[in-house]
Amino acid sequence: MSGIKLTINGLEVEAQPGQTVLEVARDNHIYIPTLCQYPGTTNVGACRVCLVEVENARTLVASCCMPVTSGMVVRTNTERVRKAQRLIVELLWSSGDHNCLTCERNGNCELQDLVYWLKIDKPRFNIDPPGYEIEATNTMIQRDLNKCILCGRCVRACNEIQINEVLDFTMRGSEAKVGPAFDLDYIQSECVFCGECVNVCPTGALTFKQARFAGRPWEMKKVRTTCTYCGVGCQMDLNVHEGKIVSVTGNREYGTPNTGSLCVKGRFGVDFVHHQDRLKKPLLRRQKGGELTEASWDEAIDFVAERLSALKKEYGSDSIAGLSSARCTNEENYLFQKFMRAVIGSRHVDHCARL
Amino acid sequence: MAGLAAAFGSGAMTNSIDEIEFTEVILATGTNTTENHPIIGMKVKRAVRQQGAKLIVIDPREIALTKYADIWLRQKPGTDVAVLNGLMNVIISEKLYDKPYVEERTEGFEALAKVVEKYTPDYVERISGVPAEDLKAAARLYAKANRASILYSMGITQHISGTDNVKSVANLAMLCGNVGIEGGGVNPLRGQNNVQGACDMGCLPNVLPAYQPVGNDEARAKFEKAWGVALPATPGLTIMEMMNAAHAGDLKALYIMGENPMLSDPDLAHVEESLRNLDLLIVQDIFLSETAALADVVLPCASFAEKDGTFTNTERRVQRIRKAVEAPGEAKADWEIITALSNRMGYAMPYTSAEMIMEEINQLTPSYAGITYGRIEREGLQWPCPNTDHPGTQYLHKDRFTRGRGLFHAVEYVPPAELPDQDYPLILSTGRVLYQYHTGTMTRHSKGTTERYPENLLEIHPNDATKYGIKDGSLVKVASRRGKVKIKAAVSQRSPEGTVFMTFHFREAAANLLTNPALDPVGKIPEYKVCAVRVEAA
Repeated sequence: MSGIKLTINGLEVEAQPGQTVLEVARDNHIYIPTLCQYPGTTNVGACRVCLVEVENARTLVASCCMPVTSGMVVRTNTERVRKAQRLIVELLWSSGDHNCLTCERNGNCELQDLVYWLKIDKPRFNIDPPGYEIEATNTMIQRDLNKCILCGRCVRACNEIQINEVLDFTMRGSEAKVGPAFDLDYIQSECVFCGECVNVCPTGALTFKQARFAGRPWEMKKVRTTCTYCGVGCQMDLNVHEGKIVSVTGNREYGTPNTGSLCVKGRFGVDFVHHQDRLKKPLLRRQKGGELTEASWDEAIDFVAERLSALKKEYGSDSIAGLSSARCTNEENYLFQKFMRAVIGSRHVDHCARL
Repeated sequence: MAGLAAAFGSGAMTNSIDEIEFTEVILATGTNTTENHPIIGMKVKRAVRQQGAKLIVIDPREIALTKYADIWLRQKPGTDVAVLNGLMNVIISEKLYDKPYVEERTEGFEALAKVVEKYTPDYVERISGVPAEDLKAAARLYAKANRASILYSMGITQHISGTDNVKSVANLAMLCGNVGIEGGGVNPLRGQNNVQGACDMGCLPNVLPAYQPVGNDEARAKFEKAWGVALPATPGLTIMEMMNAAHAGDLKALYIMGENPMLSDPDLAHVEESLRNLDLLIVQDIFLSETAALADVVLPCASFAEKDGTFTNTERRVQRIRKAVEAPGEAKADWEIITALSNRMGYAMPYTSAEMIMEEINQLTPSYAGITYGRIEREGLQWPCPNTDHPGTQYLHKDRFTRGRGLFHAVEYVPPAELPDQDYPLILSTGRVLYQYHTGTMTRHSKGTTERYPENLLEIHPNDATKYGIKDGSLVKVASRRGKVKIKAAVSQRSPEGTVFMTFHFREAAANLLTNPALDPVGKIPEYKVCAVRVEAA
């Protein structure tokens, strides 16, 4: 395929037909700020912060929606571009309640980053948030529409990535907002709590409720792992602070099989790990019909080893059976059948594949 | 899995998850994918909405995917073989099948053609209730595609005819040349994170790791040499057979690691009697499950977030899990407990890390030989991966089936073991919901999932509800020949008239007090999808 030649900031670059100015700039490590643009979804040009100057164009153009053409001359860093970007960001700032002091996204907010990058001290307009009540009617997702910049990422994530088709824009003008049909809270709607909308939100409008006050983004240790629920094997990060899993996030860069998307179980079904009812010590029923009471590991292992050996001696290896688990790792399953076959000498090992 | 192994020589998902989004036709049968494998469900929906794929759903329930389907065949529960034979009847009689593929790559076609001959669309309609015209349309749509993928789950396997159902699915795919190509395949979607791995590792009574039969002298000799012991040469008991042996007093001890048969197995009253009849019940778990509560010894173990290791996903991809937090109290990883126990019993297990165990797996499991921790640090590898230079295998049976030629099985329709009658006039089908998982050990200890689906519900059709005087949200009694439960009714048209549905996640209304322990004769899978029940207002 023949490349299209154009210049960006004086640099001659080559692009493929159909690519946007933004894509080509990124391919060439030229930074253009964005807010509404998100991989895997339609480019809508809603936020306008990706504006660039194109020679002979009547106005500044949104680079995320502008296809490249041969001989195009693009500038991303002129004063005209910066002035327009500042105006846009100041308008976004002043039309919401962007108070970083109490925001869970502080340090991980694309609007905050953009204000800093554009060197804005304060907006030239009066700050006038819409005054929506914060939605706190479920335990998973907190919605503060006062921090929503109407970029539409959540709407596209819901409709184009997850195809759950729950979120959309409602109302118009200064009353416009995003949400489920009939302006319902998430919990009353058909929402399936995949959390994709939270993952893509560039501000503090959508946040993980259980992560509130549980640790700052920069304090978080991310541990990549594989989800423990269904057979898809989604790749995800456990965000850990002070020995606790605070939240679960996807990462598009991990690629297959889920490319950063998760479902409600992977995203919001992991707090069982820290449940108070977890078993913490071995339990023994010292006599039949008695109660289960705590024991030391030494005592428990001795008890099991002695009883298994005695039964094996009295009734033979085939009087003992083992059920392994589709919950456990390959290494543990391997070891379990080795234990049953090599140590006990039994033929009877199975697991719950049939159930 | 036995069905696929018989047809192809390998019992695993043939193709990969990413391929589902980019195929021409998807046929989803007996799989409520959006709830049980939501990310695969997402890809199916994207294929339809964004890539122009056509979707055929075969399912008695109005699952979410029916909204995206071009054709929905709503068969009566348990009539899958009839429907699949009917599709093949149309495909063969209209000469839509892939003749060169059938001739070059398969065997047994004549026997298949003979059996499906009588499954004309009209005959199938009488058995299954699927309109003849819809059946024909589905057959044509599937057969005319260049690439078509079949997805199935427990709706196919959890019948006494489960193995036959799987063989029929395999027949259909081979008939149209859809096995061994990208975007095609027969794809059983595994419901549990590492059910594939547990099978691969030989936690089955008839095979050693990598499906090497215990009866195969050469395979056994390899393990006997590596492990330094003599190994039994005949297959042992399956899970349901173990319960029966315990009930009869032949089995004295059961060691259960991370399972909860007191909710997951059929006919729970029988399961409880069996477990109580044991001399020794050892349960290793993260919570005091219903099964652990009956144990003589309970060993506390680490959860997935508290240990290192690997899981193998449904597409045969071996991926890492990593320790993120400490296990609570004195809980230990399952592998540490087994190691300690083995050492105490005088058989030395020297492992000090999960990786050391994987190194031994690499030596003894040909399909995992090339899968090392170093290689899967960033992205998992799909078995077969026979050496450390091998890139893994995206789809199976390319150019050649594992067993050589693909084998058609001529399969006749057999009705379910227990059909409705005067005393028990409704069919009960069991399954899962999006927000809960298996016996609820994990999801019921999580806030969000519990908030969204806090209690078991009996899905019942409005006509049945009227007939039995049941209101939406009211308490009802459901009884089968084996037991009874009290449960809240949810009146909806999702299940067809005459069929009710409930999940098995909840101990308070345990579906498996009702289910029928009748087993598929080969796969030994219980018939969870069909049993006869009676429903009345409580």
